[in-house]
Amino acid sequence: MKAAILLFPGINRERDMVLAVRQSFGVEPQIVWHKETELPAGTDLVILPGGFSFGDYLRCGAMAAQSPIMRAVKAHAERGGYVLGVCNGFQILTETGLLPGALLRNAGLRFLSMDTMLRVERNDTVFTNKWEKGAVFRAPMAHGDGNYTADEATLDRLEGENLVAFRYADINRNGSARSIAGIFAPNLRVLGLMPHPENLVDPLMGGTDGKPLFDALAAA
Amino acid sequence: MKAIVTVMLKNGVLDPQGKAIGHALHNLGFPQVGEVRMGKIIELELAETDAAKAKTAAEDMARKLLANTVIESFKVEIAA
Repeated sequence: MKAAILLFPGINRERDMVLAVRQSFGVEPQIVWHKETELPAGTDLVILPGGFSFGDYLRCGAMAAQSPIMRAVKAHAERGGYVLGVCNGFQILTETGLLPGALLRNAGLRFLSMDTMLRVERNDTVFTNKWEKGAVFRAPMAHGDGNYTADEATLDRLEGENLVAFRYADINRNGSARSIAGIFAPNLRVLGLMPHPENLVDPLMGGTDGKPLFDALAAA
Repeated sequence: MKAIVTVMLKNGVLDPQGKAIGHALHNLGFPQVGEVRMGKIIELELAETDAAKAKTAAEDMARKLLANTVIESFKVEIAA
């Protein structure tokens, strides 16, 4: 699995993502600047890390969604390539239209920086097959706009087609519709989630709860 | 020609900032305040002399970037 990690101005979690990928994949991921128009040849997985791309101007992820590299990412996704968006990366994927819905300001208006618990809704995907279905794991979160929303028909479709990847299993602190923390695209090859599995992949970080995500991708 | 684009959260979409502003106004002694909704205004200088064309272009910009129509609605006004 060859991974490319996208870098937009204002992104600040790309090194965390490099560590997680390097450890599980045993291969160095490539960092790709947002002004590039092509992904590195042979890219299997595109990762959009967290941060505050373009200072969250206009809306979180709105400006990054217009960056030149995103055209290549859309083409990659249309070819069935894997895409993972975490936090701001998830927001960029919804702004790009690769995932439905949107992330609103947290219901309590506060920036939330703390651990949360996530439940694995399905484990028959390339992202989640190292967890048991229904497994609950710890994941740090750090966001001001993580309140997932979509119209009722879209939410019903996501649930009907079993496209909810993770739900908040302890407290739904940001007010997300139906406690949704992460979703898949219909082909199960695009995943976006708000919390940060890449920040718990080594005992030195305080745990390895997030490592199964990267181990599963490494084995794909 | 200037286009003024007003972007608001759609009705039914939770607006926590509007709620917080409403609470603050009550605390300041304005009990008559009911629901408060917050949005944004974007002013565009357009190299265009035809108001209808300016409006069509600004609406296109709003759909493509200025508003996220999943959660927001927009209104375009043309000022001379």
